[in-house]
Amino acid sequence: MKIFRHFIILGLLLAPAPAVAFSSSSLVVDLSSNQIEIKTDFTGTNLLLFGAIDRKGDVVVVVRGPLRQEIVRRKERVAGIWINRAAVTFDGVPGYNFVASSRPLSQIASEETLRRLQIGSERLRLKPVGLADESLAAEFRTGLIDLKKREALYSGKPGQVSIRSAKLFRADLKFPSNVPTGSYTAEIYHFDSGKPVSVSRTKLSVQKAGVEAAIYNYAHEHSALYGIVAILIALFAGWLGGVIFRKA
Amino acid sequence: MGRFLGKAANFLAVWGGKAQKAAPDDPNPRFIHYLNCIWPPMDLYFPIAEMSINVLLLLALGGGVGMLSGMFGVGGGFLMTPLLIFIGVPPAVAVGTEANQVVAASVSGALAHWRRGNVDFKMGFILLLGGFLGSSFGVWIFTKLRALGYIDIVISLCFVTFLGIVGGLMVAEGARSWLRSRSSNPAPFKKLHKHTWMHGLPFKMRFRRSKLYISALLPLSIGIFVGILSAIMGVGGGFIMVPAMIYLLGMPTSVVVGTSLFQIIFVTANVTFLQSVNNQTVDVLLALILVISSVVGAQLGTAFGSKLKSEQLRALLGILVLAVGCKVGFDLIVTPAHLFSFAVSGGH
Repeated sequence: MKIFRHFIILGLLLAPAPAVAFSSSSLVVDLSSNQIEIKTDFTGTNLLLFGAIDRKGDVVVVVRGPLRQEIVRRKERVAGIWINRAAVTFDGVPGYNFVASSRPLSQIASEETLRRLQIGSERLRLKPVGLADESLAAEFRTGLIDLKKREALYSGKPGQVSIRSAKLFRADLKFPSNVPTGSYTAEIYHFDSGKPVSVSRTKLSVQKAGVEAAIYNYAHEHSALYGIVAILIALFAGWLGGVIFRKA
Repeated sequence: MGRFLGKAANFLAVWGGKAQKAAPDDPNPRFIHYLNCIWPPMDLYFPIAEMSINVLLLLALGGGVGMLSGMFGVGGGFLMTPLLIFIGVPPAVAVGTEANQVVAASVSGALAHWRRGNVDFKMGFILLLGGFLGSSFGVWIFTKLRALGYIDIVISLCFVTFLGIVGGLMVAEGARSWLRSRSSNPAPFKKLHKHTWMHGLPFKMRFRRSKLYISALLPLSIGIFVGILSAIMGVGGGFIMVPAMIYLLGMPTSVVVGTSLFQIIFVTANVTFLQSVNNQTVDVLLALILVISSVVGAQLGTAFGSKLKSEQLRALLGILVLAVGCKVGFDLIVTPAHLFSFAVSGGH
């Protein structure tokens, strides 16, 4: 298995960097696991990302979760009470966005570069669906990012990537308990004097497993039967409770 | 032994505020943190709520609400749903799951009342008929409101309105009977039946167990009304049904609770089914944990409740109901800390 992994790393080394072709700098990366399973005792998890760079520079790690549509609503005061009124729909919102870097992002690269690579929650290109007013969209975009941060789904601080002797680096990727299921990509950038010199991509997946997956799938695929089973369980539990305590 | 001492020391240290303070983003109340020092933390991931919740917290909530429901003879859904929302369960899941839990709670209670002959089945069936119509309509309203994004506000407004009315009435009546017993005047004479416009309605029926001869339309419409509310609010509706049966129908108090529980079983079962089919918001795992703890709590509550006087009980319940209503109402009026929220998007 170990040898197999070495071959993969070797493959990564030899393969030309996909999509974004940078200069010849090489970057080797691996994850402690490519799969997160949500089981009954899941309370969030950490993955270790580690790798090596062949010359000095900064490392930025970006992990993004499954894209989906999100509707953001804003409360407004109507007749003395707060009610959800205006709503803006955004397309292509990552369910999870984790950014870690070896130094504060502003010291690593220019704002323009960061924006182009969508590094940092504030720089995600979130497009509102069918809405012309840019100032309103900007306000709701800030609201969306703030919500995701409060849910601990958008996170990351500078300094979470540690580089040892200008060669080896590691970062802890944090996944909270409410992490959405689906496929994720981890992008690792090697910056040298403000320029991205190398990039590596890895995929990982988050899935419900065991009982959790069974219950969730049953609820969605056989919702009528699920309802009946839920009622039967409740009837039985209520009856059992009555019987046990009558005798006691 | 050493492990136990270690735990005890840890527990004391936390009480003294010296050791591992709860993380600032820890959603659990402080007492759960203290409990976790002597009992290892047990978080379970709930597949439909899609979050992990501390099991001790759920057992404490279920046990506490169960105890109250045993003491006062109510389902407890009206307390549990806001509490679940309060600890972060998505409101839609809280409502669907709570309906499922109330099925179990009312089966347990209805069986006990049935053994004592305190269930008017004829009345129950008519209330039930209304309940089925009402709750089906209620789930339809729920689905529509959810699509429009108004469901949370409607749930909150329903809670404020009905908790306010019922709580206010109970406190007022408790205070009146307390004053009456203080002044030691005999209770004013009450006629067995007052004749009003209600008795002129057609489809009259005889209800032997309740000693009533009234139009079937009355229990039917009460059933419909409570059915709609129970679907929207995720409650059994006992706290509305019971006063309605006593004050509007004039049923004797002895059969009211049993009959109400009997029909609540079917109404909440219907809500559970329809919520599962339309919204997939019933979390069986969450419901099961709440059921287990509330059944145990209810037995403790029944034993404890028998030591209190009935007007004391009613006034206490009234205060409790009012307090929950005020909390929900307060949250509507006070400027929220966060103005933005996510709506549940249609296709995912």
